Amino acid sequence: MLRSPTTWLLVGQRLTIAFITLLIVSFAVFFATELLPGDVAQILLGQAATPEAVAGLREAMGLDRPAFLRFLSWLGGLATGDMGRSYVNDIEIAELVSGRLVNSLRLAGIVTAICVPVSLTLGIAAAMWRGSWFDRGVSIMTISFISVPEFMVATLAVLIFAVWLDWLPALSYGVNVDSLGAMLRAYAMPVITLSFVVCAQMIRMTRAAVIETINTPYVEMALLKGASRSRMVLVHALPNALGPIANAVALSLSYLVGGVIIVETIFNYPGVAKLMVDAVSTRDLPLIQSCAMIFCVSYLTLITLADMIAILSNPRLRQ
Amino acid sequence: MTMTKQRTRSLRLPTPANLGYRFNWAGRIGLTVILFWAVIAVIGRWVAPYPVGEIVDFDYFGPVSGDYWMGTDYLGRDIFSRILMGARYTVGIALGAVTLACAGGIVLGMIAAVIGGLFDTCLSRFLDALNGIPSLLFGIVVVAAVGTSITVLILTLAVIYLPGSYRFARALAVNVNTMDFVTVARARGEKTSYLITREIFPNIVGPVFADLGLRFVFIVLVLSGLSFLGLGVQPPNADWGALVRENIEGLSLGAPAVVFPCLAIASLTISVNLFIDNLPTKIRDRSD
Amino acid sequence: MPTDPLVTVRDLRVGAITDASRKVEIIRGVDFDVAPGEIVALIGESGSGKTTIALSLMGHARPGCFISGGSVRVGDFDVTGLSERARRELRGTEVSYVPQSAAAAFNPAKRIIDQVVEVTKIHRLMPRAEAEERARELFRALALPEADSIGERYPHQVSGGQLQRLAAAMALVGDPQLVIFDEPTTALDVTTQIEVLRAFRSVMEKTGMAGVYVSHDLAVVAQIADRVIVLKNGEIQEVGATEQILTAPEHPYTKELMAAFEPVPHVPVEVPHSSPKPILEVEHLSAGYGGKPGAEPTYRILKDINFKLERGRNLGVIGESGSGKSTLARAVAGILQPYEGAVQLDGEELKPDLHERRKDHLRRLQIVFQLADTALNPAVPVGTILGRPLTFYHGMKGERRERRVIELLDMVQLPGALRHRLPGELSGGQKQRVNLARALAAEPELILCDEITSALDTVVGAAILELLKDLQKDLGLSYLFISHDLSTVEAICDDVLVMLNGEVVEALPAQKMSTEATHPYSKLLISSVPKLDTAWLSGLEQDPELVARFTNR
Repeated sequence: MLRSPTTWLLVGQRLTIAFITLLIVSFAVFFATELLPGDVAQILLGQAATPEAVAGLREAMGLDRPAFLRFLSWLGGLATGDMGRSYVNDIEIAELVSGRLVNSLRLAGIVTAICVPVSLTLGIAAAMWRGSWFDRGVSIMTISFISVPEFMVATLAVLIFAVWLDWLPALSYGVNVDSLGAMLRAYAMPVITLSFVVCAQMIRMTRAAVIETINTPYVEMALLKGASRSRMVLVHALPNALGPIANAVALSLSYLVGGVIIVETIFNYPGVAKLMVDAVSTRDLPLIQSCAMIFCVSYLTLITLADMIAILSNPRLRQ
Repeated sequence: MTMTKQRTRSLRLPTPANLGYRFNWAGRIGLTVILFWAVIAVIGRWVAPYPVGEIVDFDYFGPVSGDYWMGTDYLGRDIFSRILMGARYTVGIALGAVTLACAGGIVLGMIAAVIGGLFDTCLSRFLDALNGIPSLLFGIVVVAAVGTSITVLILTLAVIYLPGSYRFARALAVNVNTMDFVTVARARGEKTSYLITREIFPNIVGPVFADLGLRFVFIVLVLSGLSFLGLGVQPPNADWGALVRENIEGLSLGAPAVVFPCLAIASLTISVNLFIDNLPTKIRDRSD
Repeated sequence: MPTDPLVTVRDLRVGAITDASRKVEIIRGVDFDVAPGEIVALIGESGSGKTTIALSLMGHARPGCFISGGSVRVGDFDVTGLSERARRELRGTEVSYVPQSAAAAFNPAKRIIDQVVEVTKIHRLMPRAEAEERARELFRALALPEADSIGERYPHQVSGGQLQRLAAAMALVGDPQLVIFDEPTTALDVTTQIEVLRAFRSVMEKTGMAGVYVSHDLAVVAQIADRVIVLKNGEIQEVGATEQILTAPEHPYTKELMAAFEPVPHVPVEVPHSSPKPILEVEHLSAGYGGKPGAEPTYRILKDINFKLERGRNLGVIGESGSGKSTLARAVAGILQPYEGAVQLDGEELKPDLHERRKDHLRRLQIVFQLADTALNPAVPVGTILGRPLTFYHGMKGERRERRVIELLDMVQLPGALRHRLPGELSGGQKQRVNLARALAAEPELILCDEITSALDTVVGAAILELLKDLQKDLGLSYLFISHDLSTVEAICDDVLVMLNGEVVEALPAQKMSTEATHPYSKLLISSVPKLDTAWLSGLEQDPELVARFTNR
């Protein structure tokens, strides 16, 4: 399909906006960690440290330079892949993060692969048979899952699958998997928990997006042409709901970010989120900043991708 | 015309819920549970059967019994009492944060919609960017840097949810702003403050109220999440999220000490959702 | 008629559920027949149930409505007795539908041809290639340009008038026995309406299909229908041959409808001249959208407008959609800042920017908008809406303000008790009166009326015009009256400006509009207004080249 110049202009515009957003986000992360009250050197050395020692450490860490300069050099480092060194164990952060990132991405990938097809099917089906018992059942399920914290879903999953049914181990210690069965068992609990949380969001938003397009005159027109309900929804409503659905999927996947933090902690899963939460207890600020930026960048990428799909699927911009 | 007069008068009465409004059972249940927890948040301290910090049972993770309605925790403290006290933290912090977030978001949103131009563009761009930071992550980063206290929690949660509230209120206000009645008021020579308070606000107050409820739920969830990670309310005090964290060891035993705080959170958030999905609707029946 | 009727409707009842879950009957026992090949019009005002009845012929009721009783038979189908699944068989092949807004009824994501031939695909009537060939034949029969390729486009790539004809092709492709036209020309400009009407009529004559034509406009119906059914509040008032309804209506309601069509000659009001200057003078006014205020805009809408409006006289501005007539009102009122030219009120210069205008100037010039629904704040009672300008301009408070609000309501012939109601509780006509009363509260000298009767039913609109005239006599007002409807302008204006593409093409006295117009566009516009005469469309001759030049098609 051909795209008009306006389409590419819009795409370029979205990319620019995403870039500006990223700048503001990184500033906010930096601001929150370094400029808010709370002296890192003081914290690291403890209350008993002498003022001289604190001042010495500040200088050694470069904390006496103006904040804006530190922000720029930090940003420059991030852009070139240099995330700095961990305060606590003095290892390159890139090294600490890389293996963990693969684990987290694998978890997120599996959950996405499960959630997208399941949610789209259920969301569209619920919209198609709106008001039916099936729809009501799905609605009650989804609203229950989005109303409760992720750790509660995890708790329930453990109670059901590990404690009562004794099918799965409660914790996924290590990801040393030597067989398919072991891998399934290692990933099962985190994946189940995250899938429930993300699917609930995605089903709700997909359903809403499709229903909005069903309530249009052109779908009523299809009805008056003798179209069946499935034809009205699949042929007429769905192509117009693509943009909103893409947005729904992206927004729901953002729940993955929040969910992953809780789930990695609760199941002791060696991912970026676990690394970050552990870093909080040791006040390892450079590590926290880097992890935070990894999450922000992935989230922004998703949202921008959804925007692009919405633009490209808009028939008014087709030539 | 006499008919008209009568109906007008009945609508003018100080309306109880059953006169002029329709309120279904799901909404009523939601409201009842919300009010229950609100009352507990205020009087919990005095109705709790045991002092909150006191170890009352030698057995830890004790079962539900006549003495300990919801069992005992990992130290042998009464969970029922601790949940009653936890309501104060969970409901109080969330309420404070949502009030700040929504008040700020709505006021800024309406101003941006009415003034427009560069002010609107810059503010929207900046707040949208903040919206691009996942909420729990934002909370972790701030708490990691400045430490945690109730004030920090309220302010952080307010900052996290202000952009969303702004975006919602602004979108509504922009729609109202294009209406002819606002144009008429503008052509009359009215000032921005009048436009915002008299013409726009009354027309967005309903959806904004529903949005406030949703945001309250989000805040309760993130607050519980932070506390669950040990970054929220600190011991010896505990909100419901912290209660789950304290007793997570009991999970493999299926201890009631883990289950009941979870249920408390769920009862509150589900009720708020029920209530805002089933708000009382005004009966506008025009058969003429 | 010797043959059996194609459509038989007996004691049809349709119910609706209100906000408060109360059931009301919106169609209360309707009986009528349609013979094969006959075109029957359903005429009525908003809320008369005409569209609801038409849709029930397909067994369809809009959400919140349901067919609660009676029977509908179309051909061999017992529509009311069928299941929803069985009704699908009937839709598109036996009965088909031409919607009011084709722009909304075409799926924006699919090509036109796919949507036109969809009926043949759903009902497996013929192979795709044959269906497309048939569609192209229909495009030609409906006088669509580029009939061979127009189907390849997307709906947003063709004009409104063309879309409306494409919607007709979509309805005809399944070769139905009966076609329902639901106000198919209401959203179109008059010059476009003619072409569409002509196309509909010729294709219906050729195919010999029966039709049900839903409209509020008797003059349009007169051109196409054999028989007319007059509806009010879900009940039939009168049924008769078109000629009889037009010339010898029997039912009082039909007479009332006809009377609203009668041109009321406008008598100029004598206003004592306190000032010799014109109340409004506009010189070289240009305005548009986009760009910085004050500088030349990106989109120029108004180009070099000049006119004078003498005190106590009324000036009409007519033109089709996109002519810039509403923009003119906005530029004069200062809502849209003009970038060139001057506006003088009673000889005093008005600043282009609203914020710099003196309060007194703002007060003396008031604007009233078309849609009372959006012009009145729905969250505020009528008393407060009317009270605000009293406080703002005249500093009135408390008891005094309350008394004045009641007076104002009385001036627009509404009961004072209405001040406690919200706008949503009023009817369309009442809302427009409140809208007018708010302008009067300022005690203005000039009121800009932007299409204020266009959204109203004919009878209600005629009453508003009467009210405007009475107010003019009592208060010595002047009106700038913007409308697309020539008869409305004729009824109230002394002079008329004809606008096209942001320019005034002709200025002339309203009474001599039809006889003395010289500009070809004015002539085209005036000749395109349907008349209450069944022979009007057949007898109308327009230069096709002229039509093509001025209607951008």
